[in-house]
Amino acid sequence: MKYIDEFRQRDAARKILEKIHGISGKKVTIMEICGTHTHTIAKYGIRNSLPSNIRLISGPGCPVCVTSAADINKVVEFCKREKDVIIATFGDMMRVPGTESSLQEQKAMGKDIRVVYSPLGALDIAMANSGKQVILYAVGFETTVPTVAATILLAREKGIKNFSALALHKLTPPAMMALLDSGELDLDGFLCPGHVTAIIGAKAYQFLAKKYHAPCVVAGFEPLDALYGLYLLMKQLEEGKAEIEIQYKRVVTWDGNIKAQRIIEKVFEICDSNWRGIGKIPLSGLRLKEEFAHFEAEKRFSLANGIDEELQGCACGKVLKGIITPDQCPFFGSTCTPETPAGPCMVSFEGTCAAYYKYGYSQYKTTD
Amino acid sequence: MKQERILLSHGSGGKLSYQLTQEMFLKAFDNEFLSPLNDQAIFDLSASRLAFTTDSFVVSPIFFPGGDIGKLSVCGTINDLAVGGAEPVYLSASFIIEEGILIQELRIIVDSMARTARQTGVKIITGDTKVVEKGKGDKLFINTSGIGIIRNDRTFSPHLIRPGDMILVSGSMGDHGIAILCHREGIQMEVPVESDCAPLYNLVHDMVSQSDGIRAMRDPTRGGLATTLNELAISSNYGMIIKEDLIPVKEEVRGACEILGFDPLYLANEGKLIVIASQESATAVLEIMKKNPLGRDAALIGTVVDKPQGKVLLETAIGNKRFLDMLSGEQLPRIC
Repeated sequence: MKYIDEFRQRDAARKILEKIHGISGKKVTIMEICGTHTHTIAKYGIRNSLPSNIRLISGPGCPVCVTSAADINKVVEFCKREKDVIIATFGDMMRVPGTESSLQEQKAMGKDIRVVYSPLGALDIAMANSGKQVILYAVGFETTVPTVAATILLAREKGIKNFSALALHKLTPPAMMALLDSGELDLDGFLCPGHVTAIIGAKAYQFLAKKYHAPCVVAGFEPLDALYGLYLLMKQLEEGKAEIEIQYKRVVTWDGNIKAQRIIEKVFEICDSNWRGIGKIPLSGLRLKEEFAHFEAEKRFSLANGIDEELQGCACGKVLKGIITPDQCPFFGSTCTPETPAGPCMVSFEGTCAAYYKYGYSQYKTTD
Repeated sequence: MKQERILLSHGSGGKLSYQLTQEMFLKAFDNEFLSPLNDQAIFDLSASRLAFTTDSFVVSPIFFPGGDIGKLSVCGTINDLAVGGAEPVYLSASFIIEEGILIQELRIIVDSMARTARQTGVKIITGDTKVVEKGKGDKLFINTSGIGIIRNDRTFSPHLIRPGDMILVSGSMGDHGIAILCHREGIQMEVPVESDCAPLYNLVHDMVSQSDGIRAMRDPTRGGLATTLNELAISSNYGMIIKEDLIPVKEEVRGACEILGFDPLYLANEGKLIVIASQESATAVLEIMKKNPLGRDAALIGTVVDKPQGKVLLETAIGNKRFLDMLSGEQLPRIC
């Protein structure tokens, strides 16, 4: 498959790995921000193939995982209260536990909650169910926002009255800044997310290089992308540089997708946002602009704020901040598995714990 | 039948039920065991070993590219018998029908069942019909049970698997899962994917009659190749190592998986076999499979190893090894 097979070639992978092994013995800690990178690194066994001086840690890059317990509780409470409402949401959002319940459990109790594959799917549901209110429960980083914005514009154009969105989108660069400011981590560089950067442009990370002297490499999600991205980071670190480099040039540019940025700006404005495990990060979220207030589910239905209470003993917050790796959590692989998840990092496909468990469980928990 | 749609009365046991049975089921399944319409089918089986299995089918949508719920319900039970080395002979078919379904749709499904059964020489000899109120079902649920004869003294079981055995698949992985998903969600691919739904007895017969090196067989339905191999690894208490590069996956299925964030190794198949064969016989078994149209794309994908016990290792496309776990929950589309 063009643009895929080229980036999964065994010989090329070996060559890049040899280069990484040969570059330096300097101890470094690199964070991959994006859940899809975490997944690729685990799926292709990359972590185990790197030299021991490179420590890869996973960041808060799973949109499902970083949605706060309060924001889940808010929707769960709303489901319990309202009758003629359909909640439409993306994949894993169904399974993530709030403090007492999840959308999946609400669905099992008879609430009308549906998984959609795109925001337009929610609009289709609204058009097919004119007697019911349809709420799109939308999470996601910058990648997902343009399609939600386009859906809201389309809903306005078509005059659809029974559709609204509870948009909990989050912005990546402010979270990276918050992690560095927290002083809890000693990070040497970032492997930056390809899809997010395709929208916002690599220039969005300039402040990281300038203010924090942290090199950034924007990489794609195939194994060779990730490996080459890591090589570029190691090269910068060895040379004492802190620059923004793009490995994923077939998709990412310096300025990003201007059309997508405009559509986001048209519909959304920046606001503070509450991240699971991290707390409130200034200017790290998006909310609908005043002119789209009638599409704002929170206002339309006066949604009450949910309790912001994590599950007892769950260490997902520390995993999300990269302070611990999943295998350092006492629950990992014992009380917390994909079948019986204690927290969102084990629930979501892109969650760090799920990736560690799915692709490397035995190396952490057995002697095989 | 005068009615266009199934009414609650079609399941009442009265005249409409009789009419439905006579004009639809008897016509389609026509055989001497079913036609007396007794409460049971009485038959002779001259065999010392029989296989018996049951399965329920609740697929949505009930029509999909490459098949329908009827074909699926017959293939599923035939395949469950076939992988045990049994020749499927008799099936039962129970229908739970939602009020309001078009009779014409039901007819197409019933004809499809009859056609698929005939392909393998299987008779549908007993059955049942219930109609549930609109909203209480999802158009149509079918349960099929099957009886098969084991004509020799051979056994196929994960307990016979030994280190050094080879792992084969009869064709490409994930076709059924992607076909259903794309059709259900209205996702249009440049090259549409068809379900691989097919009865596998004839393929199994070719293999087991020409080779005595087969240790175990499974059809990797829900949970796909990854889950089924894990089950085999756990049951045999040996490890398995497979190579990603060698696993056949159609280009269009890979494309759809890339877009949706799915892994083809976890997607359902309804016309494929996993075969564990002894090292000495594996190449011959592969050749036999390739000669049958249903095994045309068969491939040797890995080997059974001593350790890690009960686990499956995957050698990835870039040459690293990692564990291939069972499916957890459902595969869901990714968010970014």
